[in-house]
Amino acid sequence: MSRGRLTRGPVSAVAAGLVACCGLLAACGSAGSPDALAALTLYNGQHVQTAEALVSMFEKKTGITVNIRSNDEDTLADQIETEGSHSPADVFLTENSPPLENLQAKGLLAKVDATTLARTPARYNSPQGDWVGVSARVSVLIYNPGLISVSKLPTQLRQVADRQYKGKLALAPQETDFQPIVTSYLRAYGRPATLSWLKAVNANAAGHVYPDNETIAAEVNRGAVAFGIVNQYYWYRMRAEIGAGRTKAQIVHFAPGDPGYVIDVSGAGVLKSSAHQAEAQKLLAFLVSQPAQEIIADPSKSISFEYPIASGVTTQAPETPFAQLRPYPITIGELGDGTTAITLMREAGLL
Amino acid sequence: MTRSPAFRTEVRPGPGPSVAPGQDETRAPAVRARRARLPAALLGVSSLVVILLALPLVFLLIEAHGAGTSDVAHLIFRRLTADLLWNTVRLTVVVTVLCAVIGTAAAWCVERTNLPGRRIWAVLVVVPLAIPDFVVSFGWASLWTWVHGFRGAVVVMTLAVYPLVYLPVAASLRAADPGQEEVARSLGCGRVRTFCRVTLGQARGAILGGCLLVALVLLAEYGAFEILGYQTFTTEIFTEFSVSFSVPAACALSLVLVVLSLLVLAGEGMMRGRGRVARSGSLAARRMPPYRLGRATLPVLAGFGLLVGLALGIPVGSSVWWMFEGGAHAIGGVSLVSAALHTALYGGGAGLIDTAAALPLALLVIRYSGRLRHFLERSTYLVLAMPGVVTAFALSYFTERYGSGLLYQSAPLLVICYAIMFFPLALVGVKASVARAPASLDEVARSLGQPRLAVLRRVTLRLAGPGLAAAFCLVFLSVVTELTATLLLIPTGVQTLATQFWVYETNLSYGQAAPFALVMIGVAALPSYVLGRFFDRSAHAQG
Repeated sequence: MSRGRLTRGPVSAVAAGLVACCGLLAACGSAGSPDALAALTLYNGQHVQTAEALVSMFEKKTGITVNIRSNDEDTLADQIETEGSHSPADVFLTENSPPLENLQAKGLLAKVDATTLARTPARYNSPQGDWVGVSARVSVLIYNPGLISVSKLPTQLRQVADRQYKGKLALAPQETDFQPIVTSYLRAYGRPATLSWLKAVNANAAGHVYPDNETIAAEVNRGAVAFGIVNQYYWYRMRAEIGAGRTKAQIVHFAPGDPGYVIDVSGAGVLKSSAHQAEAQKLLAFLVSQPAQEIIADPSKSISFEYPIASGVTTQAPETPFAQLRPYPITIGELGDGTTAITLMREAGLL
Repeated sequence: MTRSPAFRTEVRPGPGPSVAPGQDETRAPAVRARRARLPAALLGVSSLVVILLALPLVFLLIEAHGAGTSDVAHLIFRRLTADLLWNTVRLTVVVTVLCAVIGTAAAWCVERTNLPGRRIWAVLVVVPLAIPDFVVSFGWASLWTWVHGFRGAVVVMTLAVYPLVYLPVAASLRAADPGQEEVARSLGCGRVRTFCRVTLGQARGAILGGCLLVALVLLAEYGAFEILGYQTFTTEIFTEFSVSFSVPAACALSLVLVVLSLLVLAGEGMMRGRGRVARSGSLAARRMPPYRLGRATLPVLAGFGLLVGLALGIPVGSSVWWMFEGGAHAIGGVSLVSAALHTALYGGGAGLIDTAAALPLALLVIRYSGRLRHFLERSTYLVLAMPGVVTAFALSYFTERYGSGLLYQSAPLLVICYAIMFFPLALVGVKASVARAPASLDEVARSLGQPRLAVLRRVTLRLAGPGLAAAFCLVFLSVVTELTATLLLIPTGVQTLATQFWVYETNLSYGQAAPFALVMIGVAALPSYVLGRFFDRSAHAQG
């Protein structure tokens, strides 16, 4: 091959490509959707399947298009804050209350319509009325019966720090599901006790600190570690994915009223900066309406395995009915945005 | 470090067509003569590029300043910081050394021996660069429990980034002057001694340049370490972004990362400074007769088989396995075709912008000497060690503050973000190829009455072509596997192969995630193949 051909090729290719690409990018940039009026942007920290199932029914019912943007919920909260008054987000749907509480404290959320709030029991909504509770989960111990018998498991959260569990405990401290448990412990036993408890828990979990709850469920199931703390639906989702036959792990609740027995609420709020307030409020109203709650209740529609909490819808999917749960009496306001819990987790070396 | 002929210590990923002999003698005076006539446009464009690349750093300083000194001090001076520092440093050192050894050995075998099937190996050993770190670690971690923590991180990262050393070293060995080895041999040096003193000496700049890239990329790595449960500064920065609602705290921690990368840069500069690297342009238009492996052929082949098997076979194999084994829960998502097209469009856009933007800076640094210009060029490497999420947040911050949110979450801004993140990869390639297009040829062309732009097009660009293509491919490959910045800045509703894989993977739909991983490998394998072929063809052109 001649050198001339060799070198001329890439140069003209680069030049042509550059021109083509500039054109394409310009086209992409200017191509705003024509029906921009009726399109909402949903920042979604909830599981994608659940959000998609809910949104597609909303779109069918109202004709309002919803573009979903999924990421980790706390990263989304940071992003919304950085975006400030120009945030493209209209509605923010989360897995847990802390990100919403955080945005509420920064004054970034608009008030939710009173009729929407009335659909959900008040204790699962924002105390200030800036966001509405949509669904709930409960914390449980997930364990592998091949490695630890149910009678040997801790029944109280404080026992998780016992020496006997060294090397047996799995944790995902970076997950947003863990800090409500720490906040709960903090309320029950106070700050100094929480710090020493966290240090002991950290020592027990050494070698089994995982990035997310899905990994805890999978590792416990395959026998890499004896037990861990997760929300109940991770076990159900895993079982749905791999089948009951291959699900070795089991779940068990903490003792009734124990600080480890925490209900986490998934919620949604409307951004103050949204230019589509009316449509955004419609989406919130839909999320707590009966049809939406039934999607959450029906694993075949959303594989959510969360408890519906609004419009009186109940579910049989998680075996213990919601009404029979006996959680620790901590309020959403007390769970807050988890700042103190995070500070303590840092001090204990968990973060 | 001496400044004027920046040339002789250059990394050379591009296989250069031969350079006119005697260039060294004419070079130094020519540089001095031209310093006075530094084109303002060149300096202007280069400065603009440098300023754009400094945006993430400026953002970090603004945010960290906002966090307050005592909070920042509290965050940085705690016990965990020491652990993170130890984890980050030991991993960086061990993986960089392993990559240097594996990359150099593989490059030598492919370029200088009669290894059977070397054209195929030349492509296969580059492809692992194209496999996203999270796919690699996922593949390993799902097979063996011991692939975890430090050991796991070393294995996974070494296999993922060694091509960054292989590529420049292979190019430099190919372009090296075979005469020097012959002279050494004829003066009585043994094979081993010749290899150590001459061959490695010729490739020294390339090895160091590759190691610099490896070290910086490791500092910014996140996805793999998250899966492997290995904590570094970058995973901690991500934790800061994802558990506390404190952007300033995350930014303060990122500053530690900036300091670390400054140390890496300084270290590389010092190592370069020691000892003069032989002028190793392809003076003679001929190829060295290949070293005969003889009885070593089988072991070397087995080594290559093992390398490719581990680096390529495991991630591909586990993806295929998941495709058949993964559960049946379908989630909606964009089609493979749409995701692949967007990935290719963004990667191509960033590759072209970077290649074009690196050209003026490379010309400035290579053709015109000067302390300040050298500093400007080195400063651009910092961005490579910055986690993608930081760059994305920086662009988000600046568009909100100074651009009324214009272009936010649009394709152009995402491409600009990629271009900023991966600029140093392009610069390395472009600089090497510009170095190969001698200034004296420009002068000859200009003295023959060619206008300046025509000279650029007809002489410089033509000679630098293959290196430019290599630069483009490196950026393209990096974009294909990028995830964290993409999640923040991608237009809402659009998915790339990486984001769609992430959606499925985080929702346990491994069966659905697997095809995206495979297409990602496929899309990125194409430029890897092109890279490999370029090296091969230019050898034939020379031979």
